Amino acid sequence: MRFFFFHLMPYADLDPDYDQTHKSSWVTLPNSYYDAAKGADLYHRYLDELEYAAELGFEGVGVNEHHQNAYGLMPCPNVFAGMLARRMAPEAKICILGRALPVLSNPLSVAEEYAVLDNVTRGRIIAGFVRGIGAEYHSLAVNPTESHARFHEAHDLIIAAWTRPGPFAWDGKYYHFPHVNLWPRAYQNPHPPVWIPSQGSKETIEFAADPSRKYVYLQTAAPAATLFKTMQSYRDEAERQGYQSTPDQLGWSIKIYVAETDEIARAEAKPHIESFANKFLRMPQEYLLPPGYTSLASMKGLINSRKTITGGYRTMEQMLDQGTFICGSPQTVIDQLAAYQQKGGFNIVMAGLHFGTLPHALTMKNIEIFAKQVMPALRGATAPTEMARVAAE
Amino acid sequence: MSATIAPVTPREEYLTVDGCRTYTLRGGEGPPLLYIHGAGGGGVWQPWMNRLAQRHEIICPEMPGFGRSDTPDWFENIHDVAYFVLDLMAKLDLRGTQVVGSSLGGWIAAEAAVRDTARMAGLTLLGPSGLHVRGVPKPDIFLWTPEEMTRAMFHDQRLAEAVLGAPVSDEMLDRQLKNRFAAARLMWAPRGYDPHLEKWLHRIAIPALIVWGAQDQVLPAGPYAERWASLLPRATVRILDNCGHIPQVEQQDAFCATLESFIGSTQA
Repeated sequence: MRFFFFHLMPYADLDPDYDQTHKSSWVTLPNSYYDAAKGADLYHRYLDELEYAAELGFEGVGVNEHHQNAYGLMPCPNVFAGMLARRMAPEAKICILGRALPVLSNPLSVAEEYAVLDNVTRGRIIAGFVRGIGAEYHSLAVNPTESHARFHEAHDLIIAAWTRPGPFAWDGKYYHFPHVNLWPRAYQNPHPPVWIPSQGSKETIEFAADPSRKYVYLQTAAPAATLFKTMQSYRDEAERQGYQSTPDQLGWSIKIYVAETDEIARAEAKPHIESFANKFLRMPQEYLLPPGYTSLASMKGLINSRKTITGGYRTMEQMLDQGTFICGSPQTVIDQLAAYQQKGGFNIVMAGLHFGTLPHALTMKNIEIFAKQVMPALRGATAPTEMARVAAE
Repeated sequence: MSATIAPVTPREEYLTVDGCRTYTLRGGEGPPLLYIHGAGGGGVWQPWMNRLAQRHEIICPEMPGFGRSDTPDWFENIHDVAYFVLDLMAKLDLRGTQVVGSSLGGWIAAEAAVRDTARMAGLTLLGPSGLHVRGVPKPDIFLWTPEEMTRAMFHDQRLAEAVLGAPVSDEMLDRQLKNRFAAARLMWAPRGYDPHLEKWLHRIAIPALIVWGAQDQVLPAGPYAERWASLLPRATVRILDNCGHIPQVEQQDAFCATLESFIGSTQA
């Protein structure tokens, strides 16, 4: 198993009573709730946490992109990667999970930024590409009905910019460049590894598993049952396309809290994981699923499944049952991750060891116990190799 | 008044225009009246149509992307739909047409008329989108829940409650979802307007009628009706009181009388 530490960088000082007057911590929550002095402290604290994880031997750290909300304060993940690039332990990788291609106006500048980071880190950049969640389309006023098409074209343009000798012309539907000619070129050959974080749409799994890409598929924000299904879909898709995928093509992004004992872990995590689920993630359906963001058929399915999730207060216990949170003593966490790996067949764990209002001291303790007691026990753990064959029968 | 008029049973047909199979209701006899529905969708024979159908053939298509009509590959922006409307009028060889557009349909009608009014005798816009008046706050309709959306359509909340209380079939839910997609396609950004439209509205040389609900919660009547009137060379404005975003439903009789009088004036 391979371990990365992922941070969302929420505005942890958010007044928790905001929801008495506002629908969501996204899009329309007035930014008068943001105090820059507190925000500055949070940024430094969060960057310290990322650097600490790299120091303790995580393979890498992850940052991501969200816009105009209290849930995650990284509208520009490449800026964060840049801040980390020369401060982190020299062997640690930086995963940008990812840039939200359709909501950005110029994919060529994404290709440039990634290439710069790839050079400065001498090839320790993992390039994530996402569509951005639905709320991003409200916040940046990009038409959600063009989301898929823009994602694919922006992706193709970036890969071409990294791999085709320049200058060349790009005549796309959405993007038009007479001269694509990247300076600098990417450091890694042919280009930085590409990871695709997703909530599990069929279209995305097929895209990532395609034999011309073999991108790492990273399952985010999903119950364990969904995880097992999407991991299997990826293996099935690879098989259908004539190759066998490896566990290193599959990852799981999951919130984890580990402490001295199960009791301590649960008591310490509960208020903070519940603030994450109920305060920071709070979003009505109209924010999360703007029209056209997915196909009509997928949208119907999502609307039905989200009814239960947006339905009411979610407790830590529900999240533990669903498998959207892992919490306990080192042994409990080891056992659960091992069991999930056996069923899911993934090798990569993107551990969200900070969530919601979890304070600095507990975050550092979580990172430390995870790195020192959980990771060593699972380093050699591998997914069953016969999985793909069994599934295909 | 409308109770004394016998309901007209429209006939359903599918027209193929620009490769788009288009669900259309047609009823009544006389010079053509083409109705272009709003973002909520069409393909519904509304009660006001019975009265107008006494003197007109009413043609009521569901626009491309909406309801039972196809979503063709070319369906990408408001200009595509404007050309579709012109092609539909040519296909049916409509002449001297009264074009009536509601909300988004008003915007489509105006975009079509900017391009070609040869087949049009009059243009009636009901609380149309399509223009933007700087500094006038507008709600974000795409953040509304379906209930908030329904309530915002009406000044008289009893009408909203009647809509909310009516049974909704799965087929209607599917159609509503499809309509939302189509509306987003056309309206998302810039939000419900084309910044270039106002430069060319002076080309519409035919008489135009602007009807607005005084209590419209989607687009405020005052500044918007005034802007349209200032840009259309031959515009008449009627603001209807006790009326929200859909005057043809909420103030049916006043709307019909206003429209009939306007149509009479275009024939004079």
